[in-house]
This record gives sequence, C-alpha cells and structure tokens, in this order.
Amino acid sequence: MAGRTISEKILARKSGRDARAGDLVVCEVDCALGTDGSAPMALDYFKAMGGEHVRDPTRLVFALDHYVPPTSPQTIGLHRVMRDFAQRFGITLHEAGEGIGHQLIVETGRALPGGLVVGADSHAVTYGALNCFATGIGSSDLAAIMLCGRIWLRVPESIRVVLTGQSPGGVYAKDVALALAGRLGADGAAYQALEFTGPGVATLALEDRLVLSNLAVEMGAKNGIFPADAETIAYLKSRSVETFEPVAADPDAHYSQTVEIALDALTPQLALPHLVDQVVALEDAVGTPVQMVYLGTCTGGRLRDFHQARAVLEAGGGVAPGVQLVVTPASREIRDAMSADGTLDALVGFGATVVEPGCGSCCGTCGVIPGDGVTVISTANRNFKGRMGNAKASIYLASPAACAAAATRGVVTDPRKVWQ
Amino acid sequence: MTALRGRARLVGDDVNTDSIISSTRKRESLDPAVLKQFLFEHVDPAFAASVRPGDILVAGKNFGCGSAMEVAVTTVLGAGIPAVMARSFSRTYYRNAINNGLLPLICETGGIRDGDILVSDALGAIRNERTGETLRPEPLPPIMTAILGAGGLVPYMRQNGDFRL
Repeated sequence: MAGRTISEKILARKSGRDARAGDLVVCEVDCALGTDGSAPMALDYFKAMGGEHVRDPTRLVFALDHYVPPTSPQTIGLHRVMRDFAQRFGITLHEAGEGIGHQLIVETGRALPGGLVVGADSHAVTYGALNCFATGIGSSDLAAIMLCGRIWLRVPESIRVVLTGQSPGGVYAKDVALALAGRLGADGAAYQALEFTGPGVATLALEDRLVLSNLAVEMGAKNGIFPADAETIAYLKSRSVETFEPVAADPDAHYSQTVEIALDALTPQLALPHLVDQVVALEDAVGTPVQMVYLGTCTGGRLRDFHQARAVLEAGGGVAPGVQLVVTPASREIRDAMSADGTLDALVGFGATVVEPGCGSCCGTCGVIPGDGVTVISTANRNFKGRMGNAKASIYLASPAACAAAATRGVVTDPRKVWQ
Repeated sequence: MTALRGRARLVGDDVNTDSIISSTRKRESLDPAVLKQFLFEHVDPAFAASVRPGDILVAGKNFGCGSAMEVAVTTVLGAGIPAVMARSFSRTYYRNAINNGLLPLICETGGIRDGDILVSDALGAIRNERTGETLRPEPLPPIMTAILGAGGLVPYMRQNGDFRL
C-alpha cells in the first residue's frame, strides 16, 4: 500500500483509524477557535442541541476580532454573550484589541505540529504553516465540538506543491501565493489539501509560510500544510511548553497532482478585482490609479510585512498626495513590536491611519471603509465585490511591498523600481 | 428526501458568501427573517423581493466560496429556498448547508435556464419540466445523509450526542 501524506497521517492519529484520502473519519479536535463573527451563532446552535456543559473548555479559544471596537448595541451584545459564556465555562477569551484570532492561535502556541486545529472562520487554514491539520468550519460544527469534542472529516486528497529556489528581491510570500492561486484557480484545490514541500520551503520564514497556508482556502483547499523543520521548532520554542510530534509525508505518498513553483523565477503578482484567482504579473498593471492602501489582515498584517512596507515607503519618499494609507496590525504583540522598533512611528509619520489590532477593514465589519468608486490595493486575502464594506469600491491584492510602492506614487508600481 | 418543486434562479460561477449576504449585515442581526431581505443585494437589489418559497438556486462551479459564515446558508433557507444545485460547492458552504437542512445538489447545471421549473422524484433525481431532462445529483456520504435525514446537525446531535459513522 502506498505511503501517506501529512494530512492522512494526522487524521489517522486523531481518529485512531487508517485514514486514507476519501475516507470519512471522526477526529478528536486539539483546539477550536470561535470569533465574534461565528461564536454567537455557535452558542445558539449549542443551546438548541441541548448543550449544558462544554466537553473540554481547555480546547476552545474565543477571539473578539471582527467588531473592533464594537460600534453598535448589537455588536456590543455579541461580545457580551461570548464573554458571559467564556467566563461560565472557563474558556480562554481574547478581548477586542488583542488581535485576529488566527494570529493569536499561532502566537499562543495553540497550533502545534501533528495536531488538529479548526476555527469557525475560513482562514483557520493559516495554522497549517505549523505542520498541523487546520481547517475552517461553520458555527454549527463549532457547536458540535463544544458538545462532544469531535468532528467528522473527509480525508482529503493532497496536491503536492514543490517550491524550488529562492525568491529574488521584491518578490515575497504573497506573490508566491497569488501565483499559485492564478495557476490552480479559485476552486482548483476544492476538497483537497495543499502540501508544501521542496527545497524552497527552507527559504521561507514562518511568517511567510503563514501567508501561503492562509491563501490555501482561496483555491478552495481544505488545508494548506507545511512540513516541520528547524524554523518551525525555533518559532514554537518560546511559545509553547507542550510536547508535540511533527509529521512528515512518506516518500511514496500518493498525490492527486504535483505543482512546481520556481521561486527564483517569480515576479511581483497582482490579483485584479473582484476575484482572487484573476492574477496577473504586477508589471502588466503598472499605472493603475489607487486611492486607498491597506496594510493588515491575517494574510499581511505581521511584523515582517510592515517592515517590508516601511522600507519601500522610505525608499519612495512617503505617501503620495491623495492616497489614504490604513494600517491594522494583526495582533497587539505585533503592534508593540512595531512600536518598539520605530515602525509604527514611521508609518504614522507617513500619514497612516492606525486601527486597533483585529480584522479591521478586511471584511467591512469595522475599521476604515473605502468610498464609492475608490480603488484599493490591499495585503488581504479577498477582493470580492463589497468585501471591504462598499460594493462600489474595487480591490486589488498584492504583497505589502507592492502595496507600499503603490502608496508612494498613487498608482500600481513595481516595488523593485522604487529602490532604483 | 423532501420533494422539491420550484423555479430555477440562476446565480453563476464562484458565488461567494459575501455576495449571498454581505458580512456587514450580520453586524446588526443574525435572524434569517431579517437578513433574507438583503439576499444577493449587491448582485441584484430586486432579487430578495422576487424570491418565492420553493425557488431553487442554480449555480455553476464553486458556489459559496469565501467566508465560512453560516448566515450565508440560513439566509437562503430563511428566504424559503430549500435547495441549491451547483456543479461544485466550496467545502464550508456544503457542510453548513447539510448542517442546516439546506439541500446541496452537485450536478451538471449548464442546461438549466432561469425560471425553468425543477421537480424532484422520490429517488432524488431532478427533472426539468421545460426540457424533460433528468439530472441525477451525486449521492451524499452516509454521515451527511444521516445529518440531513435528522433535519440538520441540531436534531442530529440531540439524538446522538456525538458523531456516528
């Protein structure tokens, strides 16, 4: 019998069965996240299911991140029901302003190699960067996990994504992810896992891997998983005291297809409005006017992203007149680090509006909203019509450096040219 | 399976959940009876008012992509739509549909026109009254049949308290 993929091995471990692609298994969940965008509904389902006690509160995490700060009696109420429930059952709750739930799961060492972590939010796939099986679920599945601690899953086939070489200057993890989305399409990995491998993996910092795993869902993938290596272990060393067992694929594992991406041959990429897989080489869209630049989200709101953006803004002489720069750090830890190393002051000095850590403008639920007819270039993961809270705005997606480059000129600009 | 009889409402490829119901709307209410008036508001402002109970959404590929927000399912149900037919679904929408008793039917939808009357038979096949063509949706795995059969994940968990394969 053929060897097994990382996903097959983890789901076998968590279900106690010989899990193979296509099998249905019931798995023990190591950790489940609910946000203010999903948990209030989960609490309704939980109650309707007859739930009186949470099976294992230590495996649940709540994060208030979609409505930061809450600006209506309704959203204040959503926060209140979550706080009350968390307090009653002893569930960890991250307050509004602590950051995006996905980033907090990563920062607090909840996503561990070989584990199964789910989140009632599609971008829960992000934690796959840490070699865990991570996928998004709805509120009803979260309620069932609260009740019984388990979830049923179909074991996915895996697409092997082989990364080779090293990205040249001006090309970043977001460009790799967009290039992959362009190749596979918005449903090219539907119901399947993306398993990243190849010598290029070692060139990616953990923060880069998070970007690739995060975007996996934009190709329809169930999860986007990396092997664990020295980089993974080094990241977790200061963040978790738990023991864990990394999982590697067998050399003879079966894959539905293999996609190779030569990192050294990549150029900056750009997703056009209003589809994530409508990806072009950024140089083909140079000159497109933009009025709003957004740096943030669970894709592009980490320290490394802001450092890259800052460097480009400094090289390009700051923000062009008529451009609104909006910054939302993905977590308070990131904001504090930006504050400590001068990045926050530098961005504010360029005229940035800084929003409290959280989901911010990404899905239009809080933060700054683009005006009618405004063109946005963003480090986010989605550019659907209306995504940022105004269906009359258009959203381009690019790397933090490319977004910053656009900010310096007021038009889509190749970040590699800003240095010259 | 519940018998279906309704008008086809064509919605296209890659319909994302923000387009089904804007995530800005769920800030103010999670009640499907409220949200249903905003169904597909940015695609067609007249859509919500034109829905008749029993209407069936007919999509191309990748229906329900994007956010996993469950209101994108409960709003459709709240509008009186019992089923969605698509060439393919995003996995989160598919799961959420099953969990709430919205019937997700995977089949070739290219021959269906807006307004066609679609009728299901006792075995779950769908007949298009205009063309006489019969579509046979892909069968569901047993656990999904069990959840749907129970009426959704809430009654399923009330009965079982856990997942049973």
